[in-house]
Amino acid sequence: MFAQPSALEGGFARPVMDAQAVFRTVMDAMARPARVVPLNPMVTPPAPLSPAAAAIACTLFDADADFWLDSRLASHGAVVDWLVFHTGARSAPKPVDAAFALVTDIAAMPPLDRFAQGTQEYPDRSTTLVMQLPSLAGGSEMTFQGPGIKGHASIAPRGLPASFADQWRANGERFPRGVDVILADAEAVLCLPRSARLVNAEG
Amino acid sequence: MNAHHQASNYNFAYLDEQTKRMIRRAILKAIAIPGYQVPFASREMPMPYGWGTGGVQVTAAILGPEDVLKVIDQGADDTTNAVSIRKFFQRVADVETTTKTADATIIQTRHRIPETPLRLGQVLVYQVPIPEPLRFLEPRETETRKMHALEEYGLMHVKLYEDIARNGHIATTYAYPVKVEGRYVMDPSPTPKFDNPKMHMSEALQLFGAGREKRIYALPPYTEVVSLDFEDHPFEVQRFDKPCALCGAEAVYLDEVVLDDRGGRMFVCSDTDHCETRRVEGHRGEMGGEAA
Repeated sequence: MFAQPSALEGGFARPVMDAQAVFRTVMDAMARPARVVPLNPMVTPPAPLSPAAAAIACTLFDADADFWLDSRLASHGAVVDWLVFHTGARSAPKPVDAAFALVTDIAAMPPLDRFAQGTQEYPDRSTTLVMQLPSLAGGSEMTFQGPGIKGHASIAPRGLPASFADQWRANGERFPRGVDVILADAEAVLCLPRSARLVNAEG
Repeated sequence: MNAHHQASNYNFAYLDEQTKRMIRRAILKAIAIPGYQVPFASREMPMPYGWGTGGVQVTAAILGPEDVLKVIDQGADDTTNAVSIRKFFQRVADVETTTKTADATIIQTRHRIPETPLRLGQVLVYQVPIPEPLRFLEPRETETRKMHALEEYGLMHVKLYEDIARNGHIATTYAYPVKVEGRYVMDPSPTPKFDNPKMHMSEALQLFGAGREKRIYALPPYTEVVSLDFEDHPFEVQRFDKPCALCGAEAVYLDEVVLDDRGGRMFVCSDTDHCETRRVEGHRGEMGGEAA
């Protein structure tokens, strides 16, 4: 059934408690945007899917929440098999059909407005992007304001697309429609809900 | 089965994992769009609608073995609703409970916000009967949804204006509508309007669950929450003539307690933990007896 037997291994050892712990980390990060929060992934997915992104998948994906994979991830049969086995979710053909999107090849990713934006009546019917970055530090600085942020918060994730600042401002202009983004490196996550307003960006 | 389970026939915190994931996804969306009501597939719970099934489902979806849970009903830890929900989670999640606001990581509440200021990292879960602030003005969900979509909230101001025309002041005293971050008008659940200012820029994450109406909404920490009003009739909270009769606290919300059939009455803190803590510290009101 699966291309590789490794698809069966590497999920949560204690699915109930592990999913709860990962969810609380993500909820905390979403409630306080633009802040790096350590995440203990507790899963070992096949490369190039990162453990942090895979832990979020195991926590939030299921048969009611389809995922879209970028072409790099989709080309790895082992990743698709692993996600399908451990979450029960299906892969969506187009970004606009997906509740979640997993992105590793940032340079080739579709612009944010190609994902589901929700409607004015139901802005919750939108895609949440999980973007795998090399690091959440060491990049050019971006400063955010908005709900969940006391004053302002600065982050410097490395590896975002050059046009991210412009795309994010356009995303904010669509509010309450728009996408929410979870940035993940190997050991931490950082959330940018659509309510986070980019007030200053370097370079 | 897991060693944490006391009622071992149930999953941790009662709900099955698929339900928790569905609620968790709704919570993340609610946090990302503060004040917007996210529809969710509310489940039957082992208690009737109206007993806090929405709040219970939200609590069950976020609760972990490390959490310390406090449950209040109109400010009190020791009333039926609070006791039964606390026991429910002791039984199905074996979680530690407390009555101390400062010790709790999750506080589930029915219609009060504790007097002790909440801190970063705490989560306040509200039980909500009617999540739609426009519902009594417009019964059709299709219409209220359109009104939220178009930010068309004139009807709410007309309602408050009619209050003033009839009574000379805004007579709404609980479930007083608020505007969140300048966008969504939100029902703060039937808390007394006394508590509305505590929602503004709170350090705690505030989650709202409406079980029968199948809606979840949220206020992240540091979120602007403004009570609707008019320039010439600014929003005001209730004031009390006398301090708490037991602990002498001022500027807190008081409950009226009838003492006899000859008009005797006393006013005491609605927040029982706040009152008890103050009495332990030696504060006394006029009917509080001598300090120990």
